[in-house]
Amino acid sequence: MLCCRAYVANRVADKLTKVTDRIYCCRSGSSADTQAISEIVAYHLDFYQMERGEPAPVKVAANVFREFCYDYRDSLVAGILCAGWDDKEGGQVYSIPLGGMLVRQPVSIGGSGSSYIYGYVDSRYKPGMTKDECVDLVQSALALAMSRDGSSGGVIRLGIITKDGIERRVLSGDKIPKFYEG
Amino acid sequence: MSSIGTGYDLSASQFSPDGRVFQVEYAQKAVENSGTAIALRGKDGVVFAVEKLVTSKLYEVGANKRIFTVDRHVGAAVAGLIADARQVVETARNEAAEYRSHYGEAIPLKTDLVSQKRTNLVNVQILKDRLAMYMHVYTLYSAIRPFGCSLLMGQYSNGKPELFCVDPSGISWGYTGCAIGKAKQAAKTEMEKLKLKDMSCKELIKEAAKM
Repeated sequence: MLCCRAYVANRVADKLTKVTDRIYCCRSGSSADTQAISEIVAYHLDFYQMERGEPAPVKVAANVFREFCYDYRDSLVAGILCAGWDDKEGGQVYSIPLGGMLVRQPVSIGGSGSSYIYGYVDSRYKPGMTKDECVDLVQSALALAMSRDGSSGGVIRLGIITKDGIERRVLSGDKIPKFYEG
Repeated sequence: MSSIGTGYDLSASQFSPDGRVFQVEYAQKAVENSGTAIALRGKDGVVFAVEKLVTSKLYEVGANKRIFTVDRHVGAAVAGLIADARQVVETARNEAAEYRSHYGEAIPLKTDLVSQKRTNLVNVQILKDRLAMYMHVYTLYSAIRPFGCSLLMGQYSNGKPELFCVDPSGISWGYTGCAIGKAKQAAKTEMEKLKLKDMSCKELIKEAAKM
């Protein structure tokens, strides 16, 4: 699950990182880079909330991520998924891949293991899925990626963000769904 | 000191004994000597109008424009020294553009917050406050002079029009209708006769032209 470039230091690292109460990001790439970026973005979004008196919408959070990922694209190795809930547009998912592009997607995957499961996610994702259907898809997709990708594995961390906040779950070892392992 | 003046008017960083800053008052005089600019806030937009003094027939068409676009949702009409006003407008444009590139959304000149279980309701007036601060700073130091211009700033976003006036002292207020420049009193008297809040832009354009 951690980066495939050099070294996986910690298989149970928490790569689901809070930027505001209802906006989290999934970090992939260099841990140092993505930790630094998400701390800076969290600072900017706190500032936004003080200045405007309302929490930053997900679109603004994703834009601030993009600003840094694009401006410093030559010195960063960071693939970020930024997602959350706001009262303007509801639940949203944004992807900020390596070069600092920003794109909103209904479903998005990233990191080294993601290339193994594009087909699986494409075939199973349907617009308007319920929360439980989404959780099931995320778990299965992650389990499949972890079994094929050498630099993925460890635990599955889930964050379920609704208007009431986030619910976090951890699936370890035997709780991870099993598929054909030929 | 030479024959006239009290000697307290030479610096923007010096008070007179009765607590006034003459340089700021002179800057306000500079605005009052210039052609009038008015702005009216209706129910569906803000209308700007400026008086155009034809000082020479030799100018090209479109010289000395005094209405500016700051961002897609913000406009401004100015009175006073045009060169000073252009510098303020450029600052406003830069602030708006920087905000847009950073957050990916338009800078609010003003927005009223919709209360959502929030105890501290903040009235957000980011662009207007930043500009007022910028102009205010120029009243504090002896090496510089205040801006000899006032700005009328209008915004239309989220279906709501807003109007503000920023003056050389760095004060800014919100208005339904406002006039700056030579004939501001006459224009304000005319405005008070209108029910601006219920009027559409189309009607306001006619009224503005009459003034």
